[in-house]
Amino acid sequence: MVEEIGKTAEGDLIINVGPQHPATHGVLHLVITLNGETIKKVEPHLGYIHRSIEKMCESLTYRQFIYTTSRMDYLSAHINNHACALTVEKGLGIEIPARAQVIRVLMDELTRIASHELWWGAMAMDLGAFTPFFHAFRERETINEIMEETCGARLTMNYMVPGGVMVDLHPNFQSRVKNFLKLYKRKIHEYDELVTGNIIFQNRMKGVGYLTKEAAISYGVTGPAARGSGVSCDVRKHYPYEIYNQIQFDEILETEGDSFARYMVRLREMNESIKIIEQLIDNIPEGDFQAKTKAVLKLPKGEFYQRVETARGELGVYIVSEGGTTPYRIKFRSPGFSNLACLDHITRGGKIGDLIASMGTLDLVIPDIDR
Amino acid sequence: MSNEEIKTIISELLPNATFEEGGEWLNIGIDASEWKDAAQKLRNCAAAPFNFLFCLTCVDWKTHFTMVYHLRSTTTLDNIVVKVKLDRVNPEVITVCDIWLGAELFEREVYDLFGVIFLEHPDLRRLLLTDDWVGYPLRKDYDDPINMIKL
Repeated sequence: MVEEIGKTAEGDLIINVGPQHPATHGVLHLVITLNGETIKKVEPHLGYIHRSIEKMCESLTYRQFIYTTSRMDYLSAHINNHACALTVEKGLGIEIPARAQVIRVLMDELTRIASHELWWGAMAMDLGAFTPFFHAFRERETINEIMEETCGARLTMNYMVPGGVMVDLHPNFQSRVKNFLKLYKRKIHEYDELVTGNIIFQNRMKGVGYLTKEAAISYGVTGPAARGSGVSCDVRKHYPYEIYNQIQFDEILETEGDSFARYMVRLREMNESIKIIEQLIDNIPEGDFQAKTKAVLKLPKGEFYQRVETARGELGVYIVSEGGTTPYRIKFRSPGFSNLACLDHITRGGKIGDLIASMGTLDLVIPDIDR
Repeated sequence: MSNEEIKTIISELLPNATFEEGGEWLNIGIDASEWKDAAQKLRNCAAAPFNFLFCLTCVDWKTHFTMVYHLRSTTTLDNIVVKVKLDRVNPEVITVCDIWLGAELFEREVYDLFGVIFLEHPDLRRLLLTDDWVGYPLRKDYDDPINMIKL
């Protein structure tokens, strides 16, 4: 049996999952080679939502290109914008006001919670439980309302700009966030009662989709998916940006490397985000929310790379500048792309029924992969 | 480690490498013919095994291509950038997807959008675009009368 894995032989069944499949959460197309119920190979076919964002950015100015990145990983729009703003600021060498830094971190962490909430609901739905989805959306909706009030959008925020943030916080922001914290703490135990402790759920998640530490590093897996395998890779800890080095929070690590470990990392990470928000919400410094920048930004000749920790892992923005108003070349190292690379590895040799349980915990967002 | 220290270690490891400083990270220029061997050495470097390839891309400089490999060591958290210059008419470079497994998809993307041929790649096909797509969109001289974005 083991020798056969990886080769296409007579009697193998090839099935297509997607591009329109509810469990792939987007237009991901998987071509799966099966022998009976055993997966021999999973081959992702990409490009159904490729918008050539990198090419587009080459003709957009440094103020404009940020807006396209909200459409990459649309669940971490703030964090994508943040990465771009940081890269441009690095190139220009500008310091941003303390108030803007705190606002950015607050928004990032709210986004992370909202993203993990959606993942949690969708993950449970993939495994056949519909109720958790509504529980997750109840809390996520509160965050979306906070975002809507301050940023004017619920999904594609475009709130972080080079130099700071676009507008100041809404006067209700602090009280709304505090209400959210209260609501979250009152409800979070339901997550464990509904799903985590459920024996059917645990049986489906434990022991499937094994990813070893070595494989995670070799495939370039980052974020909660890698931390579930014991790879310490939190950019906020290792290469701190903004004020992350002044905040108390833990990097969540699990060592089992299976789907359940990745699940636990995300659940525990939400609590860390809550911790960060609690530290900052009463300590937002007064002052400007944006540094003074020129109307037309010109980056000096050179190469700039900045990474941030999105809800899915490490997002890198690589800008090659020739000194003009538009980037000469821009590359987005998206976390989903590298996390997808290990899909074949973690599902091969397993059962087709476990594919969804393994893939769900990678938390793939397809526009982020295709760009 | 500082860039200077990394430079000392790598110049011992790869005597033919050229260095370029000034940026955030140390830039290492390696000849395309020596890249596979150098990659293997960097991966197994004792002082800082660069085991994490976190970004792989290509830049079209109109006269030549530059492959850009961003590497990190997960033990020492050091970063380096490796640059391999390629001929623009006949861009060919050896694959590194057996050293860093994640490179397989990255290289397919670069093949798709730049037309760089990765020798000995196990599965070099277009990744994002359709199989019958003509041309390589991220090249600077690419022109598409219908889909082109011009501002």
